Amino acid sequence: MADTFNETRPIRVVLAKLGLDGHDRGIKIVARILRDAGMEVIYLGLRQTTASIVAAAEEEDADAVGLSMHNAGHLALAPKMLAALRDADLDVPLIIGGIIPDVDIPVLTDAGVAAILGPGAPAEQVVATVRNAVAR
Amino acid sequence: MTIRELDVDELFHAALNGNRRALGRLLTLIELGGSAADAIADQSFHRQHGVPVIGITGAPGAGKSTLTGQLLRTLPELGLRPAVIAVDPSSPLTGGAILGDRVRMDDVSGDHGFIRSVATRGHAGGLALSVPGCARLFDSAGYDPVIIETVGVGQVEVDVAGAADTTVVVVTPGWGDAVQANKAGLLEVADLFVINKADREGANDTRRDLELMLDLSHVSGQHQEYRPPIILTTAVDGHGVDHLWEAIVAHRSHLERSGELTRRRQARFRFEVMSRLNDHLSSMVDTITATIDDRSGRSPASLSAELLNSILAPDAGRLR
Repeated sequence: MADTFNETRPIRVVLAKLGLDGHDRGIKIVARILRDAGMEVIYLGLRQTTASIVAAAEEEDADAVGLSMHNAGHLALAPKMLAALRDADLDVPLIIGGIIPDVDIPVLTDAGVAAILGPGAPAEQVVATVRNAVAR
Repeated sequence: MTIRELDVDELFHAALNGNRRALGRLLTLIELGGSAADAIADQSFHRQHGVPVIGITGAPGAGKSTLTGQLLRTLPELGLRPAVIAVDPSSPLTGGAILGDRVRMDDVSGDHGFIRSVATRGHAGGLALSVPGCARLFDSAGYDPVIIETVGVGQVEVDVAGAADTTVVVVTPGWGDAVQANKAGLLEVADLFVINKADREGANDTRRDLELMLDLSHVSGQHQEYRPPIILTTAVDGHGVDHLWEAIVAHRSHLERSGELTRRRQARFRFEVMSRLNDHLSSMVDTITATIDDRSGRSPASLSAELLNSILAPDAGRLR
């Protein structure tokens, strides 16, 4: 029944940097792009843990979680994030943005990552990717 | 079955059993308004314990979030289970928002407390319309105290004083002078002042300006029984946060002793009934005014009187 209300609700996205990765220029740009598309961005910033991201996604009733990864840790960290979301029974899509080599993309999507955004992705693509991931 | 398929009763049951996801979902439904929000408002009203509601307000960048984060760290050590409603502005152009208060509170949510970021969604005054309902839900779900952090405000956004039992106004050294301190608005609603970033130059000047302002208030008859204290903090390292909490507790006992708590809660109850009535009426008015044009030959005054009649006694007459 509650789902009938969702049309009027802005999409809420939790954005975070997981672990020791200080490159936050990209995620700040993405936050602004999503804001300008009418979404509510819950911005967690640097040095988050899987636990803090799960807590934020639960408390904020997030529609999607976005992680920015620029330190080649994605193959190790993304599965941990997916597992943490699954353990918490959170059925929200995980989107990853950053420097992800092409060969790693199928590995991540097979593991359950909903979408991947590379460097230079235009704003429209960022917005459409989030909307599609949430709609699925 | 996913959490989004549960109805209000089921969500309440889960939330009272400690399911934070369910509580997060209930907060969303309150924000959306409508019949689900009304059902939640009823349930929270009957289950509420009347826990302290603390408002934290002040200019952008004064340190409200950092201070709130420090309270979130301190309070669980005292056996409390705090909830925070952190309000940030929605864009007037797109409706979007960046809710960034959690950045300053990042290691404190989870088992020890609950943080919800709320966008104003078009509401001026420093809060979102849903804030009183969210505060009551937290109360009924066993959180104590409830902390409301407003958007960064200027001089006149004083909604928080209507939503909280204790209003903390945060200023910083160099924020203004004695004339600013005596202007009407924000400073008048403070139950407590915090001079944050007190390690910076000018903290004592700011304290002096505020003390003078309070002296003048005393002369004009305010603060006869209770004088708002001025607490110096350095939120970034937690300095002074224990004093802040002591002052909040002291204000709470003043509220209880003096009967002011009852008075404030009465006023809040009245205000909530009024704003709900306003909501109902303005949506009725929206529907009716869609049909208005100036060809009826009636003046705005007579037409509005006639429309008011048709709202209050809907069967008595219809606009032709």
